[in-house]
Amino acid sequence: MDPKQEAIKELLIKMADDQLIIGHRHSEWIGLGPILEEDIALASIAQDKVGQSYTLFQLLHDQFGTADPDTMGFLRAENEYRCCHLVEYPNGEYDFSLIRHFLFDHAEYHRFDMLQASTFEPIRGIARKFKSEIKYHILHADVWVRRLGTGTEESHQRMQAALETAFPLALGIFEPSPYEQVLIEENFFPGEDALRQRWLETIQPILEEASLQMPDPSSVEPAYGGRRGYHTEHLAPLLEEMSWTLRYDPEAERW
Amino acid sequence: MYGGGYIPGSASPQEAPKEDPEKLAEFEEKINRGEKIEPHDWMPYEYRRQLIRMIEQHAHSEIIGALPEGTWITRAPGFKRKLALMAKVQDEVGHAQLLYSAAETLGKSREQMINDLLSGKSKYSNVFNYPAKTWADAAIIAWLVDAGAIINQTTNSKGSYGPYCRALERICWEESFHLRYGYDTVVALATGTKKQRQMVQDALNRWWRPIMHFFGPPDKISVHTEKLVRWKVKLATNDEMRQQFLNMYVPKIRELGLEIPDPILHKDPETGKWIYSDPDWDEFFRVINGNGPCNKERLAVRKKAEMMGQWVRRALRNPRQQYVTPLA
Repeated sequence: MDPKQEAIKELLIKMADDQLIIGHRHSEWIGLGPILEEDIALASIAQDKVGQSYTLFQLLHDQFGTADPDTMGFLRAENEYRCCHLVEYPNGEYDFSLIRHFLFDHAEYHRFDMLQASTFEPIRGIARKFKSEIKYHILHADVWVRRLGTGTEESHQRMQAALETAFPLALGIFEPSPYEQVLIEENFFPGEDALRQRWLETIQPILEEASLQMPDPSSVEPAYGGRRGYHTEHLAPLLEEMSWTLRYDPEAERW
Repeated sequence: MYGGGYIPGSASPQEAPKEDPEKLAEFEEKINRGEKIEPHDWMPYEYRRQLIRMIEQHAHSEIIGALPEGTWITRAPGFKRKLALMAKVQDEVGHAQLLYSAAETLGKSREQMINDLLSGKSKYSNVFNYPAKTWADAAIIAWLVDAGAIINQTTNSKGSYGPYCRALERICWEESFHLRYGYDTVVALATGTKKQRQMVQDALNRWWRPIMHFFGPPDKISVHTEKLVRWKVKLATNDEMRQQFLNMYVPKIRELGLEIPDPILHKDPETGKWIYSDPDWDEFFRVINGNGPCNKERLAVRKKAEMMGQWVRRALRNPRQQYVTPLA
Protein backbone atom coordinates (compact mmCIF):
# COMPACT_ATOMS: atom_id res chain seq x y z
CA MET A 1 0.00 0.00 0.00
CA ASP A 2 1.33 3.43 -0.78
CA PRO A 3 2.41 5.62 2.14
CA LYS A 4 -0.49 8.05 1.67
CA GLN A 5 -3.00 5.26 2.10
CA GLU A 6 -1.05 3.84 5.01
CA ALA A 7 -0.96 7.25 6.66
CA ILE A 8 -4.72 7.68 6.54
CA LYS A 9 -5.39 4.14 7.57
CA GLU A 10 -3.15 4.50 10.56
CA LEU A 11 -4.83 7.75 11.57
CA LEU A 12 -8.30 6.20 11.31
CA ILE A 13 -7.33 3.12 13.30
CA LYS A 14 -5.90 5.07 16.19
CA MET A 15 -8.96 7.29 16.33
CA ALA A 16 -11.32 4.31 16.18
CA ASP A 17 -9.38 2.54 18.95
CA ASP A 18 -9.35 5.61 21.20
CA GLN A 19 -13.11 6.06 20.85
CA LEU A 20 -13.90 2.43 21.51
CA ILE A 21 -11.72 2.08 24.58
CA ILE A 22 -12.77 5.35 26.20
CA GLY A 23 -16.42 4.53 25.42
CA HIS A 24 -15.98 1.14 27.04
CA ARG A 25 -14.51 2.79 30.14
CA HIS A 26 -17.30 5.38 30.38
CA SER A 27 -19.87 2.62 30.09
CA GLU A 28 -18.44 1.02 33.22
CA TRP A 29 -19.89 3.94 35.18
CA ILE A 30 -23.47 2.98 34.37
CA GLY A 31 -25.08 2.06 37.66
CA LEU A 32 -22.20 3.38 39.75
CA GLY A 33 -22.04 7.14 39.21
CA PRO A 34 -21.90 9.66 42.06
CA ILE A 35 -25.44 10.79 41.20
CA LEU A 36 -28.00 9.19 38.88
CA GLU A 37 -27.73 12.04 36.41
CA GLU A 38 -24.07 11.19 35.90
CA ASP A 39 -24.80 7.55 35.15
CA ILE A 40 -27.11 8.80 32.45
CA ALA A 41 -24.72 11.42 31.08
CA LEU A 42 -21.77 9.04 30.94
CA ALA A 43 -23.94 6.41 29.28
CA SER A 44 -24.82 8.93 26.58
CA ILE A 45 -21.22 9.91 26.05
CA ALA A 46 -20.18 6.26 25.97
CA GLN A 47 -22.73 5.55 23.25
CA ASP A 48 -21.47 8.44 21.16
CA LYS A 49 -17.89 7.25 21.49
CA VAL A 50 -18.59 3.61 20.68
CA GLY A 51 -20.81 4.75 17.82
CA GLN A 52 -18.00 6.93 16.47
CA SER A 53 -15.61 4.02 16.67
CA TYR A 54 -18.06 1.88 14.75
CA THR A 55 -18.37 4.53 12.05
CA LEU A 56 -14.60 4.77 11.69
CA PHE A 57 -14.15 1.00 11.45
CA GLN A 58 -16.90 0.91 8.86
CA LEU A 59 -15.06 3.59 6.88
CA LEU A 60 -11.83 1.61 7.16
CA HIS A 61 -13.63 -1.46 5.91
CA ASP A 62 -15.20 0.37 2.97
CA GLN A 63 -12.13 2.37 1.94
CA PHE A 64 -9.24 0.11 2.83
CA GLY A 65 -10.74 -3.35 2.97
CA THR A 66 -9.94 -3.99 6.62
CA ALA A 67 -11.95 -6.68 8.44
CA ASP A 68 -15.51 -5.94 9.53
CA PRO A 69 -15.97 -3.55 12.48
CA ASP A 70 -16.63 -6.27 15.07
CA THR A 71 -13.49 -8.17 14.16
CA MET A 72 -11.40 -5.01 14.11
CA GLY A 73 -12.86 -3.56 17.29
CA PHE A 74 -13.14 -6.67 19.40
CA LEU A 75 -10.85 -9.38 18.11
CA ARG A 76 -7.43 -8.04 17.19
CA ALA A 77 -4.35 -8.94 19.20
CA GLU A 78 -3.45 -6.44 21.88
CA ASN A 79 -0.35 -5.13 20.09
CA GLU A 80 -2.42 -4.33 17.00
CA TYR A 81 -4.39 -1.68 18.90
CA ARG A 82 -3.24 1.90 18.45
CA CYS A 83 -5.06 3.63 21.32
CA CYS A 84 -3.19 5.95 23.66
CA HIS A 85 -2.49 4.97 27.26
CA LEU A 86 -4.86 7.60 28.64
CA VAL A 87 -7.97 5.71 27.52
CA GLU A 88 -6.72 2.35 28.78
CA TYR A 89 -6.51 3.20 32.46
CA PRO A 90 -9.27 1.86 34.69
CA ASN A 91 -11.86 4.42 35.74
CA GLY A 92 -10.54 4.68 39.27
CA GLU A 93 -12.64 7.25 41.04
CA TYR A 94 -14.77 9.95 39.54
CA ASP A 95 -11.97 12.54 39.75
CA PHE A 96 -9.70 10.63 37.37
CA SER A 97 -12.54 9.64 35.04
CA LEU A 98 -13.73 13.22 34.83
CA ILE A 99 -10.38 14.83 34.21
CA ARG A 100 -9.57 12.18 31.61
CA HIS A 101 -12.88 12.88 29.89
CA PHE A 102 -12.07 16.61 29.96
CA LEU A 103 -8.52 16.26 28.60
CA PHE A 104 -9.49 13.70 25.97
CA ASP A 105 -12.57 15.42 24.64
CA HIS A 106 -10.94 18.80 24.16
CA ALA A 107 -8.30 17.10 22.03
CA GLU A 108 -10.98 15.22 20.11
CA TYR A 109 -12.95 18.36 19.45
CA HIS A 110 -9.96 20.02 17.80
CA ARG A 111 -8.98 16.83 15.99
CA PHE A 112 -12.31 16.55 14.26
CA ASP A 113 -12.50 20.26 13.72
CA MET A 114 -9.23 20.01 11.78
CA LEU A 115 -10.38 16.94 9.90
CA GLN A 116 -13.37 18.80 8.50
CA ALA A 117 -10.90 20.40 6.10
CA SER A 118 -9.03 17.20 5.26
CA THR A 119 -8.17 16.42 1.64
CA PHE A 120 -9.27 12.88 2.47
CA GLU A 121 -12.81 13.63 1.49
CA PRO A 122 -14.69 10.73 3.19
CA ILE A 123 -13.64 11.90 6.68
CA ARG A 124 -15.00 15.43 6.34
CA GLY A 125 -18.70 14.80 6.87
CA ILE A 126 -17.95 12.27 9.57
CA ALA A 127 -15.72 14.79 11.36
CA ARG A 128 -18.49 17.39 11.23
CA LYS A 129 -20.96 14.99 12.78
CA PHE A 130 -18.56 13.85 15.49
CA LYS A 131 -17.73 17.44 16.34
CA SER A 132 -21.39 18.19 16.89
CA GLU A 133 -21.55 15.32 19.39
CA ILE A 134 -18.28 16.13 21.14
CA LYS A 135 -19.48 19.69 21.64
CA TYR A 136 -21.84 18.34 24.29
CA HIS A 137 -19.20 16.11 25.84
CA ILE A 138 -17.06 19.18 26.33
CA LEU A 139 -19.90 21.18 27.85
CA HIS A 140 -20.43 18.35 30.28
CA ALA A 141 -16.76 18.02 31.18
CA ASP A 142 -16.21 21.76 31.57
CA VAL A 143 -19.14 22.26 33.92
CA TRP A 144 -18.01 19.46 36.18
CA VAL A 145 -14.33 20.38 36.17
CA ARG A 146 -15.20 23.95 37.16
CA ARG A 147 -17.63 22.78 39.78
CA LEU A 148 -15.36 20.25 41.44
CA GLY A 149 -12.20 22.29 41.00
CA THR A 150 -13.84 25.05 43.01
CA GLY A 151 -16.25 23.00 45.14
CA THR A 152 -14.72 22.03 48.46
CA GLU A 153 -11.13 21.79 49.54
CA GLU A 154 -11.43 18.04 49.23
CA SER A 155 -12.85 18.12 45.71
CA HIS A 156 -10.23 20.66 44.68
CA GLN A 157 -7.37 18.54 45.97
CA ARG A 158 -8.73 15.45 44.34
CA MET A 159 -9.11 17.18 41.00
CA GLN A 160 -5.63 18.65 41.17
CA ALA A 161 -4.12 15.25 41.99
CA ALA A 162 -6.11 13.59 39.22
CA LEU A 163 -4.95 16.24 36.76
CA GLU A 164 -1.35 15.56 37.66
CA THR A 165 -1.85 11.83 37.14
CA ALA A 166 -3.73 12.20 33.88
CA PHE A 167 -1.72 14.97 32.27
CA PRO A 168 1.32 12.95 31.12
CA LEU A 169 -1.05 10.27 29.86
CA ALA A 170 -3.00 12.91 27.96
CA LEU A 171 0.16 14.15 26.27
CA GLY A 172 0.40 10.63 24.90
CA ILE A 173 -2.65 11.39 22.74
CA PHE A 174 -0.28 13.43 20.56
CA GLU A 175 2.38 10.78 20.05
CA PRO A 176 3.55 11.40 16.48
CA SER A 177 2.66 8.84 13.88
CA PRO A 178 5.35 7.37 11.60
CA TYR A 179 3.43 9.05 8.77
CA GLU A 180 3.23 12.49 10.34
CA GLN A 181 5.01 14.19 7.41
CA VAL A 182 2.78 12.57 4.80
CA LEU A 183 -0.36 13.56 6.68
CA ILE A 184 0.77 17.16 6.85
CA GLU A 185 2.13 17.44 3.30
CA GLU A 186 -0.97 15.91 1.76
CA ASN A 187 -3.22 18.09 3.91
CA PHE A 188 -4.92 15.03 5.33
CA PHE A 189 -4.39 16.27 8.85
CA PRO A 190 -2.31 19.18 10.23
CA GLY A 191 -0.41 16.87 12.57
CA GLU A 192 -0.25 15.98 16.24
CA ASP A 193 1.98 18.93 17.17
CA ALA A 194 -0.49 21.45 15.80
CA LEU A 195 -3.32 19.64 17.58
CA ARG A 196 -1.42 19.60 20.85
CA GLN A 197 -0.83 23.34 20.60
CA ARG A 198 -4.51 24.12 20.09
CA TRP A 199 -5.43 21.77 22.90
CA LEU A 200 -3.07 23.43 25.38
CA GLU A 201 -4.41 26.85 24.48
CA THR A 202 -7.98 25.68 25.09
CA ILE A 203 -7.62 23.79 28.33
CA GLN A 204 -5.35 26.19 30.17
CA PRO A 205 -7.90 28.99 30.73
CA ILE A 206 -10.62 26.51 31.74
CA LEU A 207 -8.32 24.88 34.27
CA GLU A 208 -7.47 28.31 35.62
CA GLU A 209 -11.14 29.11 36.09
CA ALA A 210 -11.43 25.80 37.88
CA SER A 211 -8.63 26.91 40.18
CA LEU A 212 -6.49 24.03 38.94
CA GLN A 213 -2.83 24.25 38.08
CA MET A 214 -1.87 22.69 34.77
CA PRO A 215 1.51 20.94 34.96
CA ASP A 216 4.19 22.48 32.75
CA PRO A 217 4.11 20.38 29.57
CA SER A 218 7.84 20.80 29.02
CA SER A 219 8.61 19.28 32.41
CA VAL A 220 6.43 16.22 31.91
CA GLU A 221 7.36 13.00 30.18
CA PRO A 222 4.51 12.14 27.79
CA ALA A 223 3.20 8.57 27.97
CA TYR A 224 4.09 7.38 24.51
CA GLY A 225 3.94 3.88 23.07
CA GLY A 226 0.24 3.31 22.51
CA ARG A 227 0.34 4.49 18.92
CA ARG A 228 3.01 1.86 18.16
CA GLY A 229 1.23 -0.99 19.90
CA TYR A 230 2.97 -0.83 23.27
CA HIS A 231 0.28 -0.69 25.91
CA THR A 232 -0.21 -0.47 29.64
CA GLU A 233 -1.04 -3.61 31.58
CA HIS A 234 -4.66 -2.45 31.63
CA LEU A 235 -5.47 -3.00 27.98
CA ALA A 236 -5.12 -6.79 27.75
CA PRO A 237 -7.69 -7.57 30.49
CA LEU A 238 -10.05 -5.00 29.01
CA LEU A 239 -9.84 -6.66 25.58
CA GLU A 240 -10.25 -10.09 27.09
CA GLU A 241 -13.44 -8.98 28.78
CA MET A 242 -14.72 -7.11 25.75
CA SER A 243 -14.28 -10.08 23.43
CA TRP A 244 -15.41 -12.70 25.94
CA THR A 245 -18.80 -13.46 24.42
CA LEU A 246 -17.61 -13.32 20.82
CA ARG A 247 -14.82 -15.75 21.62
CA TYR A 248 -17.14 -18.06 23.53
CA ASP A 249 -18.33 -19.47 20.23
CA PRO A 250 -16.23 -18.41 17.24
CA GLU A 251 -18.50 -20.52 15.02
CA ALA A 252 -21.44 -18.23 15.68
CA GLU A 253 -22.41 -16.06 12.75
CA ARG A 254 -24.83 -13.89 14.61
CA TRP A 255 -25.21 -12.80 18.19
CA MET B 1 -37.44 -2.89 32.98
CA TYR B 2 -37.75 -3.43 35.64
CA GLY B 3 -39.75 -2.50 38.35
CA GLY B 4 -42.92 -3.47 39.62
CA GLY B 5 -43.18 -7.07 40.17
CA TYR B 6 -44.04 -7.99 43.65
CA ILE B 7 -42.34 -6.34 46.55
CA PRO B 8 -43.61 -7.10 50.01
CA GLY B 9 -45.31 -4.45 52.07
CA SER B 10 -45.25 -3.92 55.77
CA ALA B 11 -48.15 -3.75 58.16
CA SER B 12 -49.76 -0.36 58.62
CA PRO B 13 -48.12 1.45 61.47
CA GLN B 14 -50.22 1.88 64.56
CA GLU B 15 -50.13 5.65 64.48
CA ALA B 16 -52.06 6.00 61.19
CA PRO B 17 -54.30 8.97 61.92
CA LYS B 18 -58.06 8.83 61.79
CA GLU B 19 -59.09 10.49 58.56
CA ASP B 20 -61.67 13.26 58.18
CA PRO B 21 -64.69 11.33 56.81
CA GLU B 22 -65.83 14.17 54.56
CA LYS B 23 -62.46 14.61 52.90
CA LEU B 24 -62.09 10.87 52.57
CA ALA B 25 -65.45 10.59 50.84
CA GLU B 26 -64.55 13.37 48.45
CA PHE B 27 -61.20 11.70 47.71
CA GLU B 28 -62.84 8.35 47.01
CA GLU B 29 -65.46 9.91 44.76
CA LYS B 30 -62.76 11.56 42.74
CA ILE B 31 -61.05 8.22 42.19
CA ASN B 32 -64.41 6.64 41.35
CA ARG B 33 -64.95 9.22 38.65
CA GLY B 34 -61.64 8.12 37.16
CA GLU B 35 -59.86 11.36 37.98
CA LYS B 36 -56.23 11.44 39.04
CA ILE B 37 -54.98 12.50 42.44
CA GLU B 38 -52.29 15.18 42.15
CA PRO B 39 -49.50 16.05 44.63
CA HIS B 40 -51.29 19.00 46.25
CA ASP B 41 -54.63 17.23 46.62
CA TRP B 42 -55.71 15.95 49.97
CA MET B 43 -55.02 12.25 50.39
CA PRO B 44 -55.30 9.79 53.26
CA TYR B 45 -52.18 9.00 55.22
CA GLU B 46 -52.33 5.35 54.24
CA TYR B 47 -52.65 6.17 50.54
CA ARG B 48 -49.56 8.37 50.67
CA ARG B 49 -47.62 5.79 52.64
CA GLN B 50 -48.47 2.94 50.29
CA LEU B 51 -47.65 4.97 47.20
CA ILE B 52 -44.31 6.17 48.53
CA ARG B 53 -43.44 2.57 49.35
CA MET B 54 -44.50 1.32 45.96
CA ILE B 55 -42.89 4.02 43.80
CA GLU B 56 -39.72 4.09 45.86
CA GLN B 57 -39.28 0.35 45.61
CA HIS B 58 -39.94 0.49 41.92
CA ALA B 59 -37.20 3.15 41.61
CA HIS B 60 -34.79 1.01 43.63
CA SER B 61 -35.54 -1.92 41.34
CA GLU B 62 -34.46 0.15 38.38
CA ILE B 63 -31.07 1.05 39.78
CA ILE B 64 -30.39 -2.37 41.27
CA GLY B 65 -31.64 -3.95 38.04
CA ALA B 66 -29.05 -1.98 36.13
CA LEU B 67 -26.34 -4.01 37.87
CA PRO B 68 -26.82 -7.57 36.52
CA GLU B 69 -27.37 -6.31 32.99
CA GLY B 70 -24.73 -3.63 33.27
CA THR B 71 -22.05 -6.26 33.80
CA TRP B 72 -22.76 -7.47 30.25
CA ILE B 73 -22.21 -4.12 28.57
CA THR B 74 -18.47 -4.70 28.77
CA ARG B 75 -18.84 -8.20 27.34
CA ALA B 76 -21.54 -7.57 24.74
CA PRO B 77 -20.79 -9.35 21.45
CA GLY B 78 -20.04 -6.66 18.91
CA PHE B 79 -20.76 -2.99 18.33
CA LYS B 80 -24.49 -3.16 17.78
CA ARG B 81 -25.28 -5.18 20.87
CA LYS B 82 -22.91 -3.09 22.96
CA LEU B 83 -24.59 0.12 21.85
CA ALA B 84 -28.09 -1.25 22.33
CA LEU B 85 -27.39 -2.62 25.80
CA MET B 86 -25.82 0.65 26.92
CA ALA B 87 -28.90 2.50 25.73
CA LYS B 88 -31.17 0.04 27.49
CA VAL B 89 -29.43 0.15 30.85
CA GLN B 90 -29.24 3.92 30.55
CA ASP B 91 -33.01 3.95 30.12
CA GLU B 92 -33.40 1.93 33.30
CA VAL B 93 -31.37 4.44 35.27
CA GLY B 94 -33.48 7.16 33.67
CA HIS B 95 -36.57 5.35 34.93
CA ALA B 96 -35.16 5.43 38.44
CA GLN B 97 -34.67 9.17 38.08
CA LEU B 98 -38.28 9.63 36.92
CA LEU B 99 -39.65 7.44 39.68
CA TYR B 100 -37.65 9.02 42.48
CA SER B 101 -39.03 12.35 41.29
CA ALA B 102 -42.57 10.97 41.30
CA ALA B 103 -42.08 9.66 44.85
CA GLU B 104 -40.59 12.99 45.93
CA THR B 105 -43.92 14.66 45.09
CA LEU B 106 -45.30 12.69 48.04
CA GLY B 107 -42.81 14.17 50.45
CA LYS B 108 -39.83 11.84 50.73
CA SER B 109 -36.47 12.98 49.36
CA ARG B 110 -34.35 10.94 46.99
CA GLU B 111 -31.58 10.89 49.55
CA GLN B 112 -33.86 9.43 52.23
CA MET B 113 -35.07 6.81 49.80
CA ILE B 114 -31.55 5.78 48.84
CA ASN B 115 -30.54 5.64 52.49
CA ASP B 116 -33.46 3.31 53.16
CA LEU B 117 -32.37 1.12 50.26
CA LEU B 118 -28.85 0.89 51.61
CA SER B 119 -29.94 0.15 55.16
CA GLY B 120 -32.19 -2.64 53.89
CA LYS B 121 -35.32 -0.91 55.19
CA SER B 122 -36.67 -0.49 51.69
CA LYS B 123 -36.77 -3.40 49.26
CA TYR B 124 -36.41 -3.84 45.51
CA SER B 125 -37.68 -6.45 43.10
CA ASN B 126 -36.58 -9.90 44.13
CA VAL B 127 -35.69 -10.91 40.60
CA PHE B 128 -32.42 -8.93 40.78
CA ASN B 129 -31.07 -11.07 43.55
CA TYR B 130 -30.16 -13.68 40.96
CA PRO B 131 -26.95 -13.60 38.92
CA ALA B 132 -26.72 -12.98 35.17
CA LYS B 133 -24.17 -15.68 34.44
CA THR B 134 -23.90 -15.44 30.66
CA TRP B 135 -24.78 -13.17 27.78
CA ALA B 136 -27.93 -15.25 27.35
CA ASP B 137 -29.04 -14.37 30.89
CA ALA B 138 -28.87 -10.70 29.94
CA ALA B 139 -30.93 -11.54 26.84
CA ILE B 140 -33.58 -13.42 28.84
CA ILE B 141 -33.79 -10.57 31.34
CA ALA B 142 -34.24 -8.02 28.57
CA TRP B 143 -36.97 -10.07 26.97
CA LEU B 144 -38.91 -11.85 29.69
CA VAL B 145 -38.28 -9.86 32.84
CA ASP B 146 -39.00 -6.70 30.92
CA ALA B 147 -42.11 -8.36 29.51
CA GLY B 148 -43.27 -9.11 33.04
CA ALA B 149 -42.53 -5.56 34.06
CA ILE B 150 -44.55 -4.19 31.17
CA ILE B 151 -47.57 -6.23 32.22
CA ASN B 152 -47.21 -5.01 35.75
CA GLN B 153 -46.55 -1.40 34.86
CA THR B 154 -49.20 -1.08 32.17
CA THR B 155 -51.65 -2.25 34.81
CA ASN B 156 -50.35 0.23 37.37
CA SER B 157 -50.36 3.11 34.88
CA LYS B 158 -54.14 3.03 35.13
CA GLY B 159 -53.88 3.77 38.83
CA SER B 160 -55.05 6.88 40.63
CA TYR B 161 -51.89 8.86 41.40
CA GLY B 162 -51.16 11.26 38.52
CA PRO B 163 -47.36 11.61 38.71
CA TYR B 164 -46.84 7.84 38.99
CA CYS B 165 -49.20 7.10 36.09
CA ARG B 166 -47.47 9.60 33.83
CA ALA B 167 -44.04 8.25 34.71
CA LEU B 168 -45.25 4.71 34.01
CA GLU B 169 -46.65 5.59 30.62
CA ARG B 170 -43.30 6.89 29.48
CA ILE B 171 -41.49 3.98 31.08
CA CYS B 172 -43.73 1.44 29.33
CA TRP B 173 -43.11 3.11 26.03
CA GLU B 174 -39.35 2.69 26.48
CA GLU B 175 -39.78 -0.82 27.83
CA SER B 176 -41.48 -1.88 24.65
CA PHE B 177 -38.19 -1.15 22.86
CA HIS B 178 -36.27 -3.15 25.43
CA LEU B 179 -38.59 -6.03 24.87
CA ARG B 180 -37.95 -5.97 21.14
CA TYR B 181 -34.22 -5.75 21.75
CA GLY B 182 -34.41 -8.65 24.19
CA TYR B 183 -36.49 -10.74 21.82
CA ASP B 184 -34.11 -10.09 18.93
CA THR B 185 -31.17 -11.12 21.10
CA VAL B 186 -32.89 -14.31 22.24
CA VAL B 187 -33.88 -15.15 18.65
CA ALA B 188 -30.26 -14.78 17.53
CA LEU B 189 -29.17 -17.26 20.18
CA ALA B 190 -32.07 -19.67 19.77
CA THR B 191 -31.50 -19.88 16.01
CA GLY B 192 -27.72 -19.93 16.30
CA THR B 193 -25.12 -22.63 16.84
CA LYS B 194 -25.51 -25.54 19.21
CA LYS B 195 -23.47 -23.70 21.84
CA GLN B 196 -25.60 -20.59 21.54
CA ARG B 197 -28.81 -22.59 21.79
CA GLN B 198 -27.52 -24.35 24.88
CA MET B 199 -26.53 -21.03 26.38
CA VAL B 200 -30.00 -19.57 26.00
CA GLN B 201 -31.75 -22.75 27.18
CA ASP B 202 -29.58 -22.77 30.32
CA ALA B 203 -30.40 -19.15 30.94
CA LEU B 204 -34.13 -19.81 30.57
CA ASN B 205 -33.80 -22.71 33.03
CA ARG B 206 -32.15 -20.40 35.54
CA TRP B 207 -34.61 -17.53 35.10
CA TRP B 208 -37.94 -19.31 34.81
CA ARG B 209 -38.51 -19.61 38.53
CA PRO B 210 -37.52 -16.02 39.39
CA ILE B 211 -39.83 -14.87 36.58
CA MET B 212 -42.72 -16.89 38.00
CA HIS B 213 -41.94 -15.33 41.37
CA PHE B 214 -41.80 -11.88 39.80
CA PHE B 215 -45.55 -11.29 40.03
CA GLY B 216 -45.68 -12.22 43.69
CA PRO B 217 -47.17 -15.05 45.76
CA PRO B 218 -50.47 -16.64 44.72
CA ASP B 219 -53.59 -14.69 45.61
CA LYS B 220 -54.63 -17.28 48.17
CA ILE B 221 -51.63 -16.49 50.39
CA SER B 222 -51.14 -12.85 49.44
CA VAL B 223 -52.83 -10.28 51.63
CA HIS B 224 -54.15 -7.22 49.89
CA THR B 225 -56.53 -4.93 51.54
CA GLU B 226 -59.71 -4.14 49.74
CA LYS B 227 -58.90 -0.48 50.40
CA LEU B 228 -55.88 -0.45 48.08
CA VAL B 229 -58.01 -1.84 45.29
CA ARG B 230 -60.71 0.76 45.94
CA TRP B 231 -58.09 3.53 45.87
CA LYS B 232 -56.66 2.15 42.62
CA VAL B 233 -53.24 1.56 44.10
CA LYS B 234 -53.48 -2.15 43.40
CA LEU B 235 -55.21 -2.88 40.08
CA ALA B 236 -54.75 -6.54 39.33
CA THR B 237 -53.96 -9.55 41.46
CA ASN B 238 -50.64 -11.36 41.28
CA ASP B 239 -52.25 -14.42 39.74
CA GLU B 240 -54.06 -12.36 37.11
CA MET B 241 -50.80 -10.80 35.97
CA ARG B 242 -48.98 -14.13 36.01
CA GLN B 243 -51.70 -15.69 33.87
CA GLN B 244 -51.50 -12.79 31.44
CA PHE B 245 -47.74 -13.26 31.15
CA LEU B 246 -48.06 -16.99 30.52
CA ASN B 247 -50.73 -16.40 27.93
CA MET B 248 -48.59 -13.99 26.02
CA TYR B 249 -45.16 -15.57 26.31
CA VAL B 250 -45.38 -19.35 26.67
CA PRO B 251 -46.29 -19.73 22.97
CA LYS B 252 -43.51 -17.34 21.92
CA ILE B 253 -40.90 -19.17 23.97
CA ARG B 254 -41.96 -22.54 22.59
CA GLU B 255 -42.03 -21.19 19.06
CA LEU B 256 -38.28 -20.62 19.39
CA GLY B 257 -37.74 -24.29 20.21
CA LEU B 258 -36.91 -23.53 23.82
CA GLU B 259 -38.13 -25.78 26.57
CA ILE B 260 -39.79 -24.27 29.60
CA PRO B 261 -38.46 -26.05 32.70
CA ASP B 262 -41.85 -27.01 34.07
CA PRO B 263 -43.09 -30.46 33.04
CA ILE B 264 -46.69 -29.83 34.02
CA LEU B 265 -47.11 -26.40 32.48
CA HIS B 266 -50.24 -26.40 30.31
CA LYS B 267 -53.43 -24.52 29.76
CA ASP B 268 -56.54 -26.02 31.27
CA PRO B 269 -58.95 -26.22 28.32
CA GLU B 270 -61.96 -25.79 30.58
CA THR B 271 -60.94 -22.78 32.64
CA GLY B 272 -58.55 -21.29 30.11
CA LYS B 273 -56.05 -20.88 32.96
CA TRP B 274 -52.47 -22.04 32.99
CA ILE B 275 -51.57 -24.83 35.35
CA TYR B 276 -47.96 -24.75 36.57
CA SER B 277 -45.75 -26.38 39.18
CA ASP B 278 -45.37 -24.71 42.52
CA PRO B 279 -42.37 -22.42 41.97
CA ASP B 280 -41.23 -22.92 45.58
CA TRP B 281 -42.61 -19.96 47.45
CA ASP B 282 -40.41 -20.79 50.42
CA GLU B 283 -37.42 -19.92 48.29
CA PHE B 284 -39.14 -16.71 47.25
CA PHE B 285 -39.54 -15.62 50.86
CA ARG B 286 -36.00 -16.72 51.70
CA VAL B 287 -34.63 -14.51 48.95
CA ILE B 288 -36.86 -11.57 49.86
CA ASN B 289 -35.61 -11.79 53.39
CA GLY B 290 -32.06 -11.27 52.25
CA ASN B 291 -30.79 -14.77 51.62
CA GLY B 292 -30.75 -14.99 47.85
CA PRO B 293 -27.64 -15.63 45.78
CA CYS B 294 -26.90 -11.94 45.15
CA ASN B 295 -28.65 -9.86 47.84
CA LYS B 296 -25.47 -9.02 49.66
CA GLU B 297 -23.45 -8.37 46.53
CA ARG B 298 -26.06 -6.02 45.04
CA LEU B 299 -26.28 -3.89 48.15
CA ALA B 300 -22.52 -3.94 48.62
CA VAL B 301 -22.01 -2.58 45.11
CA ARG B 302 -24.60 0.12 45.69
CA LYS B 303 -23.04 1.05 49.02
CA LYS B 304 -19.61 1.29 47.47
CA ALA B 305 -20.95 3.52 44.70
CA GLU B 306 -22.63 5.75 47.28
CA MET B 307 -19.46 5.96 49.32
CA MET B 308 -17.26 6.72 46.34
CA GLY B 309 -19.60 9.48 45.22
CA GLN B 310 -19.84 11.18 48.59
CA TRP B 311 -17.12 13.74 47.97
CA VAL B 312 -18.75 14.71 44.68
CA ARG B 313 -22.13 15.27 46.29
CA ARG B 314 -20.56 17.25 49.10
CA ALA B 315 -18.95 19.54 46.53
CA LEU B 316 -22.29 20.00 44.77
CA ARG B 317 -24.22 20.81 47.89
CA ASN B 318 -23.07 24.40 48.15
CA PRO B 319 -22.61 25.71 44.65
CA ARG B 320 -22.19 29.31 45.71
CA GLN B 321 -19.21 28.57 47.85
CA GLN B 322 -16.13 28.91 45.67
CA TYR B 323 -13.04 27.18 46.88
CA VAL B 324 -9.95 29.17 46.05
CA THR B 325 -6.49 27.79 46.58
CA PRO B 326 -4.93 29.67 49.49
CA LEU B 327 -2.08 31.87 48.33
CA ALA B 328 0.28 30.89 51.09
